[in-house]
Amino acid sequence: MSETSSRDLPGYAPFDPETQPDWVVHGYHSSVSRSPGRPAIPLVQTLSELTGPVYGHGAVQPLDHDLTQNGVTDGAPLGERIIVTGQVLDEDGRAQPDTLIEIWQCNSAGRYIHTADRHDAPIDPNFFGGGRCVTDGRGCYRFITIKPAAYPWGNHPNAWRPAHIHFSLFGPAFVTRLVTQSYFPGDPLLAHDPIYMGTPVPFRDLLVMDYDPEVTEEGFALGYRFDIVLRGRRATPLEG
Amino acid sequence: MRRRQTPSQTVGPFFAFGLTPGQYGYSALTGIADGTMAGPDTPGRRLRLEGRIFDAGGETVPDAMVEIWQADATGRYPDGRSNTGFAGFGRCGTGTDPEHRFVFETIRPGPLGDGQAPHLNVILFMRGMPRHAFTRVYFADEAEANASDPVLSTVPPERRSTLLAAPGSRDGVYLFDIHLRGERETVFFEP
Ligand SMILES: [Fe+3]
Repeated sequence: MSETSSRDLPGYAPFDPETQPDWVVHGYHSSVSRSPGRPAIPLVQTLSELTGPVYGHGAVQPLDHDLTQNGVTDGAPLGERIIVTGQVLDEDGRAQPDTLIEIWQCNSAGRYIHTADRHDAPIDPNFFGGGRCVTDGRGCYRFITIKPAAYPWGNHPNAWRPAHIHFSLFGPAFVTRLVTQSYFPGDPLLAHDPIYMGTPVPFRDLLVMDYDPEVTEEGFALGYRFDIVLRGRRATPLEG
Repeated sequence: MRRRQTPSQTVGPFFAFGLTPGQYGYSALTGIADGTMAGPDTPGRRLRLEGRIFDAGGETVPDAMVEIWQADATGRYPDGRSNTGFAGFGRCGTGTDPEHRFVFETIRPGPLGDGQAPHLNVILFMRGMPRHAFTRVYFADEAEANASDPVLSTVPPERRSTLLAAPGSRDGVYLFDIHLRGERETVFFEP
């Protein structure tokens, strides 16, 4: 028997229908055959949803956050070195400390290390493209990496994904799980990308990093800021 | 200050080297979890959960990722403080099995003590899915507990069977296929 009951744990606000994409995204062809056809059934949050896997600082190695070093075989990776940092918060503005963030991305030529990536762009023998870190006490994270490039993806004629970094976060509970992508400001490909455009209009900007001169380091790397907001607490507690 | 939720985006086709590197043979990064959730020393009854994911056209999905969160054999969710070696969390991609199966080697979860039948909590990710989908795995041979489960009771009776893992040919093996659409569409939840 569990010692904790769901009454002792906070409930979480639902997915925000205004910021979250629908199952089927206009122009994103595989979303038609690969997402549920019927509406999801509302689920009362029980202990199963209010708890979640715990991956703290013990889950990361010292170089996991530095993608310019963690894939090196015989030298530095090619491309534009960048710092990507930000704060993980919930909708109520509470910092989310000790939460695991995993990222993955293609290299500066637009090629993923994944063996299934058939794009005819070079692999960088010194760049793996995967990393992770755990947020500090203020919910902050920091990655050092190489700016990813656009790549073709065959969704429609001449389709190119805007440069992006994939993010995966846990947050405090099973229901706060989030997988997203972060884009670079001013990218002309954004307006042509159905995945990015699948987010309702006023909230697309939430997916775009800000260039930040404060984060930029003299002679070393350009700095970008990307805050990530997870589901907040529910205003009224649910019956356990 | 009120902040708006960061929009979800698809996991895409190339998550494996970042999220499930060990399973797919990438050695530069050590994954936090894979399909082997329990070892021989983990207390509890062995459970091997196998299944495939079918898209709207009935094709198996070769690039999905399944995550499981479950209680231990005593019905307790691991909280990171007790060191039983059971993290309660597993992750498996469908791209390394010739039949595109996901396979979890774990233990049967115990009852939580709150009236819910033993179950596994599942999140599904794949290219084409703008945000992840939640579902649950119950066990077909727990008919009595299932009958009084408060979550199953919210599911239309004719769809409940989509949430039941069926015993396989070997002891401890359970089969749980997921159908994204169609006649046998799996029930997904919005917690
Ligand atoms: Fe990508």
